[in-house]
Amino acid sequence: MRTTRRQFIKVSALGAGSLAVAASTFKWSAASSLFAGADASQAFTRSPTYCEVCFWQCAGWVYKDNDGRIQKIVGNDEDLHCNGRFCPRGTGGVGMYHDTDRLKTPLIRTVVDGEETFREAGWDEALDYIAARMKEIASRYGPECVALFTHGSGGAHFGHMLKAFGSQSITAPSFAQCRGPREVAFLTTFGDIVYSPERTDIRDTKCLVLIGSHLGENMHNGQVQEMSDAIDKGATIITVDPRFSTVAGKSKFWLPIKPSTDMALLLSWIHVLIENGWYDKEYVERYTYGFEELKAHVKPFTPEWAYGITTIDPHVIRQTAKEMFNASPAVIIHPGRHVTWYGDDTQRLRAVAILNALLGSWGRRGGFYNPEKAEVPEYPVPPFPQPKRMPTEAYEGKYTLANEVVSNGLCEATIPTTDKSCNFKIWFVNGTNLMAALPDQETTLKAIDALELMVVIDTMPTEITGYADVILPECTFLERYDMLRKSPHREPNIALRMPATEPKYNSKPADWMARELGIRLGLEAWFPWNNIEEMLDWQLKQIGSSLEEMKRIGVKKFPRTADDLYFAPGEDISFNTNTGKIELYSTDMENEGFNPLPVYTPHEEPPEGFYRLIYGRAPMHTFSRTANNPNLTDLMDENTLWVNPKVAKMWGLKSGQYVKLRNQDNKVSTFSIRVRVTERIRWDSVYMVHGFGHNNTKLSRAHGRGVNDTELITRVKIDPVMGGTGMRGNFVTFVFDTDGKEAAV
Amino acid sequence: MRYAMAVDTKKCVGCSDCVVACQTENNVPIGYCRDWIVEVTDGTYPQLELEIRSERCNHCDNSPCVRCCPTGASHYSKGGTVLVTPDECIGCGACIASCPYDARFPHPDGHVDKCTFCLHNRVEKGLKPACVSVCPTKCMYFGDLDDPNSEVSVVLKKRKWKTLIPEAGTRPQHYFLI
Repeated sequence: MRTTRRQFIKVSALGAGSLAVAASTFKWSAASSLFAGADASQAFTRSPTYCEVCFWQCAGWVYKDNDGRIQKIVGNDEDLHCNGRFCPRGTGGVGMYHDTDRLKTPLIRTVVDGEETFREAGWDEALDYIAARMKEIASRYGPECVALFTHGSGGAHFGHMLKAFGSQSITAPSFAQCRGPREVAFLTTFGDIVYSPERTDIRDTKCLVLIGSHLGENMHNGQVQEMSDAIDKGATIITVDPRFSTVAGKSKFWLPIKPSTDMALLLSWIHVLIENGWYDKEYVERYTYGFEELKAHVKPFTPEWAYGITTIDPHVIRQTAKEMFNASPAVIIHPGRHVTWYGDDTQRLRAVAILNALLGSWGRRGGFYNPEKAEVPEYPVPPFPQPKRMPTEAYEGKYTLANEVVSNGLCEATIPTTDKSCNFKIWFVNGTNLMAALPDQETTLKAIDALELMVVIDTMPTEITGYADVILPECTFLERYDMLRKSPHREPNIALRMPATEPKYNSKPADWMARELGIRLGLEAWFPWNNIEEMLDWQLKQIGSSLEEMKRIGVKKFPRTADDLYFAPGEDISFNTNTGKIELYSTDMENEGFNPLPVYTPHEEPPEGFYRLIYGRAPMHTFSRTANNPNLTDLMDENTLWVNPKVAKMWGLKSGQYVKLRNQDNKVSTFSIRVRVTERIRWDSVYMVHGFGHNNTKLSRAHGRGVNDTELITRVKIDPVMGGTGMRGNFVTFVFDTDGKEAAV
Repeated sequence: MRYAMAVDTKKCVGCSDCVVACQTENNVPIGYCRDWIVEVTDGTYPQLELEIRSERCNHCDNSPCVRCCPTGASHYSKGGTVLVTPDECIGCGACIASCPYDARFPHPDGHVDKCTFCLHNRVEKGLKPACVSVCPTKCMYFGDLDDPNSEVSVVLKKRKWKTLIPEAGTRPQHYFLI
């Protein structure tokens, strides 16, 4: 048997480090002094930030008490992402700062007495080491052998350093593991993507249709707020989900669909709209391409046909289609966010896009608005060197419609093969726990094993940090500057993040690390500023603001300059597609050899005694990132396994007992999970919240709590269109092993 | 003046933001909470109903906790709010046992603690309670029932509502829009 070079090292393997000491002395009974309270006599100072607990990046204010201790974080009233209201994760974001399990000082992999371990290092030593290794490895393989996996604000800084070094292989799991299929589907249909925050005009919609999207459990702040506004205004919500989600409980129609059959329902809805003339004829005539082909294509997809596949009553299919038409154009068939499910996801999202096009909701009030982003000039630097290999060459000839770099494509290309030279030798990993983010952990581990250097930059020890050669402790968002937030919205706007306090321990901000590394690599020309404040101030002055002004206001909005929020009636519009029209029939898909119109493909069903593994979000957690946050674990400290009462009866399962799970490939979960017997889940599926089951013992609150769904996702259905990793085709059964945990009643 | 709160169960998603905002605003030690989420599911798949409530002290007009407090630490304050004076509390726990809503808990500092409607630290400064201010769904309403134009008065006139355990006779001032 081959032994892996890189063993997983728990950060606790350290010798006499400060790391080893802190957690054991941390007691919550002492919390009152840690979290100094809002005494009426206290005067607060506040500084602006935007949140880093999730990708929504709400702008807010960090309040400090007289003693300079961070007390609370609240939303900025001017911010379009949050309207002055942070979500539980943002409000609990202070826990990221206070968490005593944080990475505290640079660590370098070493061998002591034949055991791999980490030793503490100073910043100079760690950065010198990385720079020397990078130069040496790049001298053999070229600078293109470096890849960056990122899901955080630090990515901008490390990405800049990478590009200056000569590699453009920068990727985020948020594309191929998450929202990629919807972006490609909307790009091929409307010639534009959905963006983040989504351009859904929920506040003014009359009908919101959610396909497996669990708004309210995925706490995407602005959207949840607008959904609440829409409920107030009497909007109809239609939820399609095998699980009675929170929003299903607020819906006029809940369609408890058989998992994996959504495409049949969508095609049937298209059929009903067209057959009954329930579509926006003028809009379709003026703006779309391929209506006749679509009409002929969906002819056989009657609600009766769909009933046999989806188990949804044909009458309900017609009734909900009528409801959508009645609301049109103020109707949203929501594109969702995490949509990498079954490998035909781009096609499913194409069907969603087509429904929106037929109902004329794109570019209309209550449908999808036209977002605009603030234009902020970049600080001038020399042009980046042209790499000899572009990242897409890692998966040459595949995923041809991907409009972002495919993370799993880079991961696979890291594993050496005889026929491919496009291998990566160095990974930078920032703000993403790849062991939980990428499915099929075996492949990820093979890739990691083939690396010559892996640098992980994070605030917390996670699973991926255990495989690093060098760990760089990043300070939290409350302790640093970052690039300006410039996300597209109804009004162009920018937000500033500035440090509320000095970095704790020996942690550093990403911009400093990237610049220091850049200088050591001889890339001074690309880092001409002395510090990030100077760079930000230069940028802000180009748009009539300044760092001084932004420190006072936090958020600044600008007038729209491009187009209007909605299309004007009868306006002539050229869409960014091959035909200049909204493509119901996709020429891009056809040109690349894919179905130009979406088709239904049956997906595998659970074998006898197995249940489809469905996973989702809880409003108080973001992926595996928050699983150790003291404030947020106080709200939810483990995930539970939702089991239908019929299934529970068959297996003799009771709420509160712990079981392990075994999947179709005989992979057994490392830890056990608490059973929650509930009517809210279908009998053919089980459900858990993603992001738990950490096996790094240094996460004192998260270790061993619940099950990590990712380790059970060993079967991945790749979307050939854009490389998305479909993760909903895994099935689990129960293993009666409580993992030493006592049943919680 | 009569302060009251109403929570719209049709909008609440049970995200617990009210819980964590209360903790950071009011120095509630981690592991304890003054407000909490209750989810009630009714029916069998697929005929289901779900009610989600953000709950806290009901600031009752006829509070058993005030009546049974041997030291007077539990008392009525401005606008009918029910408060505890920590210095006067001996931590006997009689109030905890008497509360039908289980709204009180023993604070690790030795006194009993509960929701204050953020009376002194926010409401008296013209702010809304922390939970109401932070709620992303804007499902919570707070104000003076004696003022017919307060947002809580208006919403209680407009919507159907209920209180919890009315049969206990406590005359709770926390309403749930249904």
